Amino acid sequence: MGERLMDELFVGKSFARMDKDKVIGRANFINDITLPRMLHAKILYSARPHARIKSIDTSKAEKLMGVRAVLTGFNVPEVKVGFLGDQTPLKKDKVRQFRDEVAAVAAIDEDTAEEALDLIKVEYEDLPAVYDPIEAMKPDAPLVHEFDARGKPRRNNLLPLPWKLEAGDVRKARESSKYVVKDRFSTQWVHQTCMGTSGGIAEFDVNGNLIFRSVTNVPFGGKDRLDMFLKNLGLKGRSRVLTPYVGGSFGSKLDTDIYEFILVLLAWKTGCPVKIVFSRKEEFLASPPRQPVIATVEQGCDSNGRLTFRNIDMILDNGAYTSWGATTPSVMMIPVSSLYRVPNVKFQATCVYTNNIYAQAMRGYGNPQATFVIEQSMDQLAEASGIDAIEFRKINANVPYEKTPMDLKITTCPMSECLEIVEKRLNWSEKRNQKTSRGVGVASFLHVGGGARVYLSDAQGIIMKVDDEGKVTVITGGTDQGQGSETIIKQMVAEATGFRPEDVSIFQGDTEVCPWDVGTHASRHAFITGHAVLLAGADVKRKVLDLAARWMPEMIRFDLSKRARKDPNFQVPLLDFSPLMDTNNLELRNAEVFLKDDPENKHFRLPVAKILRRAHLVGTGKGEMVVAEAFYDPPNEMLNREGKGNLSCCYTFGAHGVEVEVDEETGLVTILNYVAAHDVGRAINPMLVKGQIYGATVMGCGYALTEEIQTNHGRVMNPNLLDYKILTAKDKIPIDPVIVEPIEPSGPFGAKGIGEPACVPSAPAIVNAIYDAVGVRIKDLPVTPEKLLKAIKEKKAKEQ
Amino acid sequence: MKRSISFSVNGDTVQVEVHPHWNLLRVLREELELTGAKQGCGEGECGACTVLVNGLPINSCIYPIMEVEGKDVLTIEGLASRDGALHPVQEAFLEKAGVQCGFCTPGMIMSAKALLDANPDPDEEEIRQALAGNMCRCTGYIQIIESVKHAAALLSSIEQEA
Ligand code: FES
Ligand code: FES
Repeated sequence: MGERLMDELFVGKSFARMDKDKVIGRANFINDITLPRMLHAKILYSARPHARIKSIDTSKAEKLMGVRAVLTGFNVPEVKVGFLGDQTPLKKDKVRQFRDEVAAVAAIDEDTAEEALDLIKVEYEDLPAVYDPIEAMKPDAPLVHEFDARGKPRRNNLLPLPWKLEAGDVRKARESSKYVVKDRFSTQWVHQTCMGTSGGIAEFDVNGNLIFRSVTNVPFGGKDRLDMFLKNLGLKGRSRVLTPYVGGSFGSKLDTDIYEFILVLLAWKTGCPVKIVFSRKEEFLASPPRQPVIATVEQGCDSNGRLTFRNIDMILDNGAYTSWGATTPSVMMIPVSSLYRVPNVKFQATCVYTNNIYAQAMRGYGNPQATFVIEQSMDQLAEASGIDAIEFRKINANVPYEKTPMDLKITTCPMSECLEIVEKRLNWSEKRNQKTSRGVGVASFLHVGGGARVYLSDAQGIIMKVDDEGKVTVITGGTDQGQGSETIIKQMVAEATGFRPEDVSIFQGDTEVCPWDVGTHASRHAFITGHAVLLAGADVKRKVLDLAARWMPEMIRFDLSKRARKDPNFQVPLLDFSPLMDTNNLELRNAEVFLKDDPENKHFRLPVAKILRRAHLVGTGKGEMVVAEAFYDPPNEMLNREGKGNLSCCYTFGAHGVEVEVDEETGLVTILNYVAAHDVGRAINPMLVKGQIYGATVMGCGYALTEEIQTNHGRVMNPNLLDYKILTAKDKIPIDPVIVEPIEPSGPFGAKGIGEPACVPSAPAIVNAIYDAVGVRIKDLPVTPEKLLKAIKEKKAKEQ
Repeated sequence: MKRSISFSVNGDTVQVEVHPHWNLLRVLREELELTGAKQGCGEGECGACTVLVNGLPINSCIYPIMEVEGKDVLTIEGLASRDGALHPVQEAFLEKAGVQCGFCTPGMIMSAKALLDANPDPDEEEIRQALAGNMCRCTGYIQIIESVKHAAALLSSIEQEA
């Protein structure tokens, strides 16, 4: 399957994007959808970081004209949600963070709902709060949760998720190491900052079933959670999730968010469709971001620069409740155990409850934080052992077909090649160690490239329906968040079936119709969909050729005699039809069926649409249609109790190299040159692959230099796009993307996933380059001008 | 108290009852059902709501509706020709993948159109400057800039043919 197919027509080419509706203003996002009788919801959030709720007075709000429902924890059933069941949609006993949902209103328009919120009076009794995870770990820290989901008293703020991984003998390896470095690094809260804010519409149909228009990228997981919620509310109906266009995701739409449960409650109570769309401020305050980590890293190597051990201890600020952010250590384990060849590994991660906003996953799922700390430590160790930073990485680079300490089975692995590309294109040997305010730095990464078995299933179902006009409808459970799946699915389907991309249309976004899919996450969409397409596509092709073998001779004879009737000069040729009757002799390409061994034979060539029409409309009661389905579940493994297992079918590698210039007067960092070398297995559409590399790299640069949710006693201080600084068009980053294609045997058409990885190595590469430029190492993200300036001044003071 | 105002949208004259404190985006999206322009922030920061008023790009989310009286508004819906043929800027965004999730796209395309109307052959710096108020979280801007350059080339070849 990984072989490059002969003479591919569509895969591997930079087809233009096929989502025309987005450029004409016809792509409907959740914001754009209005339903008859629809009400608008607003949520009242907590005014305290940690407090008992003494009372909530909603009487005035209820009386406001146009208000249809005012809900609090006191007038709805208490149903726990979240994967640790540590919260209810509307809080009743106490609030644990400023984003706690205290009341919700449904009204005839947004203005009325807003006005109603102002009329709700909540009385709080403040409790001591804790915002620093290290403080929160102390025995006398205030408890964020006094009880767990089952009502058992809790003794501390640690989550019951003891992430651990151990391989080899770190202690012994440390003793025998020639060089050892140890340091502490930390990262910040960052926000996914999708341009489309969160939102949804909930309604119940006449049979009591829930129809939920959602921005989720996990429609079936979301459906499960909503079904469970309905059941726990004592409702009989089932849910159906519809996913319109979504204005970006980047991890923020993995979990069913609290506002979605609130919408269900409001729709249930009012009997009307209820919609919410977050304001930008609300998005920053109440949509869960990527959590900060505090990491202690120790690594050693021998006299030849070979890594001997790696020991990492991480503390993650979980915030007040638990979402998928708390599971990111499962992905952190991948770089911790397997980025470079390191025989002895120890990793421990502790997630801690605090009274901060709670954490979700974001593009890279823990990998950006882990790689940030490992790759700085790699630079420190290279320096300690007197080996050039790229050379040091090449000595330790992963190699193809090895098993890592976490039991990841690496297949294709062009890591060294990527490092060499960076070295050459950055002109590394000339630029390194100049100490002229300019410097170069490098960081590598590995990430899952062939799905990730984080649930019992990592599958996707697909149905292909071929109609009587020769058009293929692909019905898929996957969703698109902008990465361009509608374009590459068409390319892959055309290649697999023999039709053309323009013959293919895609139907997605309806759990009632589409086959099951685990979700569009973990850079898995192209990989898993590609396999499902190959399976179903082969079946479509087989079925079409079978029809062709049965119908073509008759159809061709008919055409010839018709022509002879019209044109008396036309001589019907004497043809041997027998080769046509064996499907093995037939080929379907570019929407035409012809003889494999005689493609030039113009008599024996028919448009596939004609054959299908004939097969559908036979007039004898024996018509046939072509439908195929596949359910592809990749051969990857769930992690075992020790945190080991081959999580993905393959892993993707790469290296980023950066040249920076630091203004030592202002602390400003300018990126002069940026090489991003990426193993993608095989690019299905090189232009779109580059789009993923560009977008994620720029996001990674923002992580390194500008982005940070600033909090003060649990309150987000910069909930707007002016103060939370994502990069804009003015921030020029001259990215040179290099696509490396080792052709992955386990991948569809040789491809690996590429959605996330480019945001992984940017921050360490930039920080390493800054160190090369000015000799100071910033160990705490982001590298703001203030921080950098202070460090430069301190260094200069020391030198004097 | 609502007031009546009249202006032109995509070549059609409209008359709308509005509250004077409303902004143009609200009227376009909610009163005229032109949902192409998006609200990404409502505070004049992101540019998702960009439309052209008398040919100039503005953030419609903070543009007072009363100022639109008698003016020409062009939104993304009015850019393609009535027979459905895409405007070269729209075509270029598809061909060079200046679109990903598509949320910033309507605003981005309107800003790009305004730039190219004023400056048919902009260099990279000029494009970056013109799009500085249009945020995009998906693309990293590079393929958007390539799209604008490509649109300039398409427009100039159309010009030459004419
Ligand atoms: S919505 Fe107008 S600038 Fe963001
Ligand atoms: S394409 Fe998604 S924000 Fe620009």
